Amino acid sequence: MKIAVLIKQVPDSDDVRMDPETGTMVREGMGAIVNPLDLNALQAALDLRSAAGGEVTVITMGPPRAHEALRECLSMGADRGMLLTDRAFAGSDTWATAKVLAAAVKKAGPFDLVLAGEKATDGETGQVGPETAALLGMPFSTYVSALSLADGGVEVARTVEEGIQRQFLPFPCLLTVLHALNEPSMPTLAGKKRARRTEIPLEGIVSIGLSPEETGLGGSATRVVKISYPTISRTTEMFDEKRIDEGIERLVAVLRDMAVI
Amino acid sequence: MKGKQFFVLGEVRDGHIHSVTFELTGKARDLADTCGGTVTAVLLSGGLADDPETLLRSGADRLMTVEHPVLSMYNQEAEVKVLAHILRQERPDVVLAPATTSGRTTLPALAAELETGLTADCTGLEMDPETGLLLQTRPAIGGNVMATIKTPVRRPQMATVRPRTFRAPDCSNALPRGEVTRPEIPPELFESRVVNLGFERAEDGGSNIQDLDVVVSGGKGLKRPESFRMLEELAVLLGGGVGASRPAVEAKWMGYPHQVGLSGKVVAPKVYIAAGISGAVQHLAGMQTAGYVVAVNRDPDASIFRVADLGLCGDLFDILPRLTERIRKEVGAE
Repeated sequence: MKIAVLIKQVPDSDDVRMDPETGTMVREGMGAIVNPLDLNALQAALDLRSAAGGEVTVITMGPPRAHEALRECLSMGADRGMLLTDRAFAGSDTWATAKVLAAAVKKAGPFDLVLAGEKATDGETGQVGPETAALLGMPFSTYVSALSLADGGVEVARTVEEGIQRQFLPFPCLLTVLHALNEPSMPTLAGKKRARRTEIPLEGIVSIGLSPEETGLGGSATRVVKISYPTISRTTEMFDEKRIDEGIERLVAVLRDMAVI
Repeated sequence: MKGKQFFVLGEVRDGHIHSVTFELTGKARDLADTCGGTVTAVLLSGGLADDPETLLRSGADRLMTVEHPVLSMYNQEAEVKVLAHILRQERPDVVLAPATTSGRTTLPALAAELETGLTADCTGLEMDPETGLLLQTRPAIGGNVMATIKTPVRRPQMATVRPRTFRAPDCSNALPRGEVTRPEIPPELFESRVVNLGFERAEDGGSNIQDLDVVVSGGKGLKRPESFRMLEELAVLLGGGVGASRPAVEAKWMGYPHQVGLSGKVVAPKVYIAAGISGAVQHLAGMQTAGYVVAVNRDPDASIFRVADLGLCGDLFDILPRLTERIRKEVGAE
């Protein structure tokens, strides 16, 4: 069974800056980790490999330093990594990113299964997975919190607002997964050694067969036009430590007026 | 039809039109009225149990309903195919859809299928008077800033919006306008490789905080999971439920169904009480439309006070028990 895992390197804190010119994220100088949900996707791939045999390929698009994220996945047990890095990819929105990932999946494949985290902690759009599936013409499912092999495909449980929806998808298919799916294992010493020895091929726009109009800022459908710091504000009646009782009385009066109590 | 066309892709669960559909229809009406446009709501279902005219009363000029057994339970592949067919025929300028698990699944695939852009979880939508483009505003990078995004060339301009971000219009007295249509859909578009096997309804695990009049939320300032009992006590007295900030949920003090914010639920209760929550934008995006906001925090500079109507600045471990006692007295006295 051949499995691809799409991962993203994300800043390891919420303290991120934006470039006011382009509206895109400034990644230089930030600590970086593998997006946590992508590690759940990787763990699922490793578990399936244990059960059914096969090979796990981890694919990411990012700056050259994103090879660190791939190394971490290799040290957890992935067989191969692929780094998509090219100036031409810079400024990609989710659709332009999906075009790069879909082209890479085609090049490195064919795969039976493509896995990814439901969303990344930085952008939080959750869009790249379904967009990639659409571009690959694969059936897909999202919010996957349990999965098992079935005849010719996978059975998944999707955690949605009102409960659990169970679906069957035939291979090849793409799934985006939630934290509840599993507990990612730690990299092992042997894994780290092997990761250091493993060659990670670099792919650019030419080698995956895309043109500059298809990706990067130019291949994106959306543009960030403004970055602002929120100005939501209300007129606040403040009560400090010495006036708490007064504040509580005021609140009780408001709640009474609003017929809450 | 003349003018810009606004489409709302509504949500139907078990035959009932979900409230977010009305919220988005109302918003689309407002946007359309700024530029002489029209509003169409599209409902896919296995069979509508509600009267579709209610949507025409909340501002839609036209309602398109597609009913088919395969759509009785959410099926992403059939939805994408049917909606892509409709949107290719109708060529709207703007498409709004709920950022529910279904919307956040269907819409990205649909946008890629139509080769256009999509902005997730918008908290603000307006028409740019100069360019006539839809300005889509969403919290970005951990919710610490707001990004305004546009789709300059590709069509349609597509955005998803969390439930409760906009208020549903009050349409109790409005007259229905427009018509209900049933578009012809080629039968093969209902075929899906994704097979639904079943649905298990979850017991309520805080998942209903979106429907309550009062939400009492706690954050890192509560210091330990046991402290949430104080909030529960207060919430019960007020007939409400308990929410939590993302850090509190990440620390596993409360379950994910209680999480309020961009990455959790958007709530719009009559009264929102935030205790020990500093007020990251990611949280504010989830409660800013509440009717009355109370903040309890020891830091007078905490951002949560900027969005509060009433601030109690001090030690929450002192303030909350006093508040709860006072309200208990008030309620008991009635």
